Amino acid sequence: MQQKMLKLIGASGAVSLMALSAAQAQDRIDLVVMSWGGAYTNSQQQAYHEPYMEMNPHVNIINDDGSANALATLRAQSQAGNVTLALVDMLPSDAQLACDEGIIMSIDHDEMLAAAPDGTPASEDFLPGSLGECFIPQIVYSNIIAFNTEMFPEDAQPSTVADFFDVENFPGRRALQDRPGGSLEWALYADGVNPDDIYDVLATPEGVDRALAKLDTIKDHLIFWTEGAQSPQLLADQEVAFTTAYNGRIFEAQVDEGQPFEIIWDGQVVEWDGWVIPEGGPHLETVLDYLYFATDTQRLADQARYISYGPARASSAVLVDTHVDGFDMAPHMPTSPENYFAPIILDNDFWTDYGDELREIYANWMMQ
Amino acid sequence: MAQADAGALDGRDGNVTRMVTADGIPLKRSLQRAERRRKIAALLLVTPLLAFLLIVFLFPIGQMMWRSVDNPQVVNALPRTLNALEGWDGSEVPSEEVFAALAADFREDLQRPRADQTWGPLGVRLNYELSAARGAVARTVRNVPDFEPPYREAFTDSHRLWGDPAFWRVIQREGRPLTASYYVAALDREYDDEGNIVRRDENRRIYVGLFMRTLALSLGITFLTFALGFPIAYYMSILPMRHANLLMICVLLPFWTSLLVRTTAWIVLLQQQGVINEVLVNIGLIGDDGRFSLMYNMYGTIIAMTHILLPFMVLPLYSVMRTIPPSYLRAAKSLGATPTTAFRRVYFPQTLPGIGAGAVLVFIISIGYYITPALVGGQSGRMISNEIARHMQQSLNWGLAAALGSILLVGVLILYWAYNRLVGADNLKLG
Repeated sequence: MQQKMLKLIGASGAVSLMALSAAQAQDRIDLVVMSWGGAYTNSQQQAYHEPYMEMNPHVNIINDDGSANALATLRAQSQAGNVTLALVDMLPSDAQLACDEGIIMSIDHDEMLAAAPDGTPASEDFLPGSLGECFIPQIVYSNIIAFNTEMFPEDAQPSTVADFFDVENFPGRRALQDRPGGSLEWALYADGVNPDDIYDVLATPEGVDRALAKLDTIKDHLIFWTEGAQSPQLLADQEVAFTTAYNGRIFEAQVDEGQPFEIIWDGQVVEWDGWVIPEGGPHLETVLDYLYFATDTQRLADQARYISYGPARASSAVLVDTHVDGFDMAPHMPTSPENYFAPIILDNDFWTDYGDELREIYANWMMQ
Repeated sequence: MAQADAGALDGRDGNVTRMVTADGIPLKRSLQRAERRRKIAALLLVTPLLAFLLIVFLFPIGQMMWRSVDNPQVVNALPRTLNALEGWDGSEVPSEEVFAALAADFREDLQRPRADQTWGPLGVRLNYELSAARGAVARTVRNVPDFEPPYREAFTDSHRLWGDPAFWRVIQREGRPLTASYYVAALDREYDDEGNIVRRDENRRIYVGLFMRTLALSLGITFLTFALGFPIAYYMSILPMRHANLLMICVLLPFWTSLLVRTTAWIVLLQQQGVINEVLVNIGLIGDDGRFSLMYNMYGTIIAMTHILLPFMVLPLYSVMRTIPPSYLRAAKSLGATPTTAFRRVYFPQTLPGIGAGAVLVFIISIGYYITPALVGGQSGRMISNEIARHMQQSLNWGLAAALGSILLVGVLILYWAYNRLVGADNLKLG
């Protein structure tokens, strides 16, 4: 009896030892990647994560959909001294703050990123102004105004930002985000300010008053949205005739649900989005290897097959052709020449400097 | 009780011969020993709960209150500058000596490993007080190693704010380890040029109005749940158990449904193209262009929150009403009271403990509500918790969020104290 028992213990010990060594040989690595969730994370999953995991079977990429609070999470993890995020997808304004605070890594773009196929170094291949000290851009997205085509007569469809502010000729309620970014820019643009001068005007108290005075003209027709998913919903329910939105959300509703939405590309507010590496995060070597792969020319072009955000590399733009479902992507891309005729480039430095004050003024304006 | 007994024995000690137990130990000591053992056992039993409360409740609350006054950023980043600023009267741009100290502080900071550098948090902190301060720090600091005397010109050329006495006054004022400025901001106040606390420009006042609105909405919702819940609870209490249970399930059903689902259901019902408006238009009560705005305003918040919080009022009311013997009402009537008088003078006073408990529950829950107002409340239905959440997650001004949270906490405690004086916490009855 005792002998049998000993044998059993020995056998089970051997089995567990074998399992242990097998695990060690594989050296499985879990990478926690924080991004925006929904269709956006899905596009990254298809274009970056899955091909990478196929090439490196020992790496397992886990999605965390927390990017809306990325900076808060990074600060908390850094203060607690327990950084679990390997890679984070965030906006350049937040990336700049995190970079100044030293909680994310500085990037040597030419050293860490692949060159374009024709040999152009990364620092020249990425679109001008998109690279940050700690920031690797992936996509260009845009804040746009969209409308429901069913709510206007066929021969009188709106087409400009000024139409959004024209309640007489284009009646109906409008939805605006409950934050000042975008709203104030559009108000000034519709009031006749040149896109290049908008931030100079907005930096003065008179400029802010001017923007709010313009918004006052449509205030009785406004409702405010908070979360990105609300705006296409409001438009689909015909609760509003116009809404401001992220272009990808409207694209998704147009393509996946066949909603009769149209985007006004006039005065689109363009912004980047991209990767940062948390300082002191896990598996740095694998993260760098993944980043080299996931930000090369082909991968950025691949992402545009799943979502209507423009790739941040000049060399990727020519490779973008059709959606995975077969239709032409060009009309949906913020960066297509036919759409990129009057863009307002979001000034992140401006918003990090004046954002706190303008948010208060805007919140006060909304409540009155 | 046990202590009182021991005291009584003590008192007798002087007059009576000492009492001993069978084994000769004085009774007093033996009793004390048994008493101590019982106390330790009792303490051990509640220890897990106490530890739990301490860790997940008191400690975070203490941390939050600490964060609302904690102000290490300027002190850590600019020790020499603050020293040189001592005695500066705040009227003109400081002297060259101060700028030299500033350059020395920045240079030393840049020598540190990146994660320990203090200029990033410094810029963010100063920006709460003065717009563009972050830019002034961030765009200057990297050039400081190349600066040459006179430093004053080098700094003022680098960013206009370094030549602005208002900026220096902020640095001087916030150069202390503790600050009141988060509370000043949370009460819609600010410091003027002389350092006095004054009300903000009218177009930047937010929080006091929101606190008042939160209070008013919570009181309104508490009253509505009472007005709707009282008849239901009464009806349930007089029905036979079997039927009462069915009704109880109807009351509890929303309780078992996810908060988000319930809130979204209200969106479907209340919006302009929603069920209620659609029905009213179809039966011809209102025209197509006369649809009511039932949500994205205060009504949305009131309707949805009243529904969601109704069970918290009905349950304590019902459990109290169940215990009121119907014979009391019959007795009142037999003594000549009209039904109204019998209800008013005999029945209603006995339900007060239930009303008190329900009201406190609903009021305190609604004062901290934020998901429902965020989804159906629009702008006029927003509450102070929405602003706290915004500062926690988006603007990342945790000091201000902590100050707002602390004010809310103290406000609730004061209200509870007043309530206790008026109604008495002993009179609450939850079941």
